[in-house]
Amino acid sequence: MSTNREIAILGVGMHPWGKWGKNFVEYGVKAARDALADSGVNWRDVRFVSGAATIRNGYPGQVAGATFAQALGWQGAQVNTSYAACASGSQALAAARSKILSGECEVALVIGADTTPKGFLKPQPGDRPDDPDWVRFRLGITNPTYFALYARRRMEMYGDTLEDFARVKVKNAKHGFENPNARYRKLFSAEDVAASAMVADPLRLMDICATSDGAAALIVSSVDYARKIGKGNAPRVAAISTVTPSFASALVEMPDIATDSAVACEAHSFRAALPKKAYEEAGIGPEDISVAEVYDLSTALELDWIEDLQLCARGEGARLVREGATSVGGRLPVNPSGGLACFGEAVPAQALAQVCELTWQLRGQAGARQVAGARVGITANQGLFGHGSSVIVKC
Amino acid sequence: MNAPTQQQDTTTPQPVLPGWFTLDVKQPQLLGTRCTACGTYYFPKLTTYCRNPDCDSESFEEVALSRTGTLWSYTSASYQPPEPYIANTPFQPFGIAAVELERERMTVLGQLATGTDLGTLKVGMPMELVLEPLDDGKLTWKWRVVGA
Ligand SMILES: [Zn+2]
Repeated sequence: MSTNREIAILGVGMHPWGKWGKNFVEYGVKAARDALADSGVNWRDVRFVSGAATIRNGYPGQVAGATFAQALGWQGAQVNTSYAACASGSQALAAARSKILSGECEVALVIGADTTPKGFLKPQPGDRPDDPDWVRFRLGITNPTYFALYARRRMEMYGDTLEDFARVKVKNAKHGFENPNARYRKLFSAEDVAASAMVADPLRLMDICATSDGAAALIVSSVDYARKIGKGNAPRVAAISTVTPSFASALVEMPDIATDSAVACEAHSFRAALPKKAYEEAGIGPEDISVAEVYDLSTALELDWIEDLQLCARGEGARLVREGATSVGGRLPVNPSGGLACFGEAVPAQALAQVCELTWQLRGQAGARQVAGARVGITANQGLFGHGSSVIVKC
Repeated sequence: MNAPTQQQDTTTPQPVLPGWFTLDVKQPQLLGTRCTACGTYYFPKLTTYCRNPDCDSESFEEVALSRTGTLWSYTSASYQPPEPYIANTPFQPFGIAAVELERERMTVLGQLATGTDLGTLKVGMPMELVLEPLDDGKLTWKWRVVGA
């Protein structure tokens, strides 16, 4: 059954992450052109353009699909724009998959790009106590606060150390050093991490990811179409999970000031639910995974994700990093791209960038950061307001 | 129903979020609501439709939440947060705690009481609610180690 629900990834492309000071459309078009060239598909044959929207440029949730279609040359394709915070790219991919599997189109472009402002992400001005984002900032609770609370909890529950968190940074920096699309291509030592400024105890500046400009694009098609153009062996999207959380929340989630009350319903972990649905959809299990791209908004959060993906038992994430298992060359590499640590977050492009990396890995085209024999990859990310996703790509 | 109704003069500290907590300086409590059908607590208050997917209640009562709990985790704000946070110059870093309330089965964030040394904290410690001014003088709830 699952083979009928797969789509092929014919081409991938990215605009390097950075702070380039340009309009996000430029980045997107570059990524789309690269993906088209990589796929060998003619732009006019793309009959659906599925854009991941950014809320920080122009009209929220309205511009991405059509804007990129126009910039590439309007040719009458259908368009769609998805907004789901960090999962926007995955929702745009899910929209393309639905079009393809329903037979409405054979080939689609999925695209996300962003230009990010400098400094802290902050809420709209005004006195708005009904807005949880306004409330928490009013009380001095920023994004790193949440990452730090989770990190400290790991230290107390599982015995993780600051050195373990630094190992994640050192590992990802080493991976990203080999990635031409990464923004930060510099090797760091554990001493460098320890010497960086404290942001939110126990996390320091180098434990926390920045925000970046960037763009990522995919050309996807039906499996039949892929075969027809001689790309029957192209990597397939085997699952896209974009489930909501289940009441009651187990963790206090950004931007909330409290968890749900678990008096009437048991508490559920949202992060753990995302890959669970993806595994079910793909009909595979964590033991089949050869590589993972996870949302390391902080170093410690990468360890949480490894456990949420069931790549090890709860509390064992740090041991994997200590053993080198999650490094390229280890038995289960995590974030071979360098992750958010080396990219910085470009919200609408990030989930697609994760899929680009898995595609290169599964094709064996990842160069010095290649995971040997990669057959099945999984992504995971989570953003604001109950949005998150997990995508499985396989050969 | 527990919200204070007395006249406030200009010298009385004003709450940063009116109606979110009692102004009882000795025994302050957060003010939430509770679904009268399934018993789920809400903080901030919810008075419209219960979010329990198996409950269709639209009936809520205001309740004062437990003013003690156990420390779930903690951190610091070592950099000055952006607006709408209002900070003194120079900025004084402060602590933040997540505290689990047993009866409500929920975890609530808040600043740590001024002067709390993070190095003395351990997850699981008993914590209690206190009122303290923010840098701009508005009163807020904070978490303090019981007996500190
Ligand atoms: Zn209810």
